[in-house]
Amino acid sequence: MAYSNKVLDHFNNPRNVGSFDRDDPSVGTGIVGAPECGDVMKLQIKVNPLTGLIEDAKFKTFGCGSAIASSSLATEWVKGKSIDEALGIRNTEIVEELALPPVKVHCSVLAEDAIKAAIKNLQDKQATVSQTVNS
Amino acid sequence: MFKLPVYMDNNSTTRTDPRVLEAMMPYFTEKFGNSASRNHAYGWESEEGVDLAREQVGSLINSSSKEIIFTSGATESNNLAIKGVASMYKKKGNHIISAVTEHKAVIDTCMRLERDGCKVTFLPVDKFGLVSPQQVADAITDKTILVSIMAANNEIGTIHPMKEIGAICKAKGVLFHTDATQTVGKIPMDVEEMGIDLLSMTAHKMYGPKGIGALYVRRKDPRVRLDAMVDGGGHERGMRSGTLNVTGIVGMGMAAEICRKEMHTESERLLKLRNRLHKGITDKLEDAYLNGHPVHRLPGNLNISFAFVEGEGLMMGIKDVAVSSGSACTSASLEPSYVLKALGLGDELAHSSIRFGLGRFNTEEEVDFVMNDVVRAVNHLRDMSPLYEMHRQGIDLKTVQWAAH
Repeated sequence: MAYSNKVLDHFNNPRNVGSFDRDDPSVGTGIVGAPECGDVMKLQIKVNPLTGLIEDAKFKTFGCGSAIASSSLATEWVKGKSIDEALGIRNTEIVEELALPPVKVHCSVLAEDAIKAAIKNLQDKQATVSQTVNS
Repeated sequence: MFKLPVYMDNNSTTRTDPRVLEAMMPYFTEKFGNSASRNHAYGWESEEGVDLAREQVGSLINSSSKEIIFTSGATESNNLAIKGVASMYKKKGNHIISAVTEHKAVIDTCMRLERDGCKVTFLPVDKFGLVSPQQVADAITDKTILVSIMAANNEIGTIHPMKEIGAICKAKGVLFHTDATQTVGKIPMDVEEMGIDLLSMTAHKMYGPKGIGALYVRRKDPRVRLDAMVDGGGHERGMRSGTLNVTGIVGMGMAAEICRKEMHTESERLLKLRNRLHKGITDKLEDAYLNGHPVHRLPGNLNISFAFVEGEGLMMGIKDVAVSSGSACTSASLEPSYVLKALGLGDELAHSSIRFGLGRFNTEEEVDFVMNDVVRAVNHLRDMSPLYEMHRQGIDLKTVQWAAH
């Protein structure tokens, strides 16, 4: 099975590899997948509290080349987006952009899930903070 | 310099030795006769080529040439041996003993027989991939007609105690078949000393051509009989009809001859190269674990799990090296290697495995190149692995609740 040039590019030059401090209130962390399934993605977003936009994103991924490329692409795409816009990213768009074959579609699903999990984590954090403030 | 990518997947297949190709060439051109043509010189010279090859293959495993049945390869040999015995000896019994780490050509054949009314016991293996002779002895019942245990495993290289298992089968009057695809031509195989009644082999794992293999079928003490699967002109003592693949057979014969003469020095050289590769990798990388037996293993086989890194991703990272992985992602199914799982390895480490298969044409320079490339790629991928990050933070990955998908 040959990989598309875009997968190879993201694999060889992954964008936004790294980690933010999980405890930073402006950071949302999503970890999806499981080691026994052969894929684990950690995707983090950092949201500007004034604009509400995702100003930075980082990832780390354990997985095949397509999983690494999918998460690398996801971090590129969420940057500069609002939360609602980021929630609108569909795995099918990742499949199309990276020309993933059918057996690799689950990598794109995982990347979409990672974005959603990171956003949910941020929203849960903010809910806890506002509860604390209100009470 | 050497050609890239470096070929280090010799447990999958090997390059045809130029001496083998040279021996085959005349049988494509001048000596093209059908070896079954009894009435002219073209047939006779082809038959001579086949006769010589039968001697050469027989010599490699210490059998008579009359006991060699040529087939299309080890898969066909395994099918013929197991199905042939099950059918021929069905009045005597219907129980077959095999092992969980066998090649699919044995496992799937046994499973088909199970659907047809046979009982099959698949013996579990220990953490090195070994079935013990005692396990075989304990599994034999009065209905057992066949024990089929591979000589060495294709993924992890673990070598089974053939002689001890053979002795048990002999004592209990049960036929002993071995899939010796990985050992023939690599380590000494002796059907007499090991008490083997049926032995499957293929040419392309020992520097011969693809599409040709053989089944050794014992002719005395006991005389093994098989129901044929392919009917026709009654070739190969009636066990495998069809015009003989003369070019392939001649090539397999020459490949066997070369292996017989060079096996000793070649296996010593491969063992040195393998140990160099193993040491070079583990000296520079932590959490790189050997799969399979540390001592009882094929000289050219090295199988390592690189924790926190996924196998297919790693293979992509070492694109200048041709190897195999036990990772799910490399196969059509999404399950990781059943062989590695049978060792009790856990899916995570099974996903992280790479098999290096060293062979006749690998050099020390290639080994050093592969070693450095693997170390570089593993470090690169660990830098982007969330599992490695957690490990470094002192988190026990086994205690984490994963959101499985």
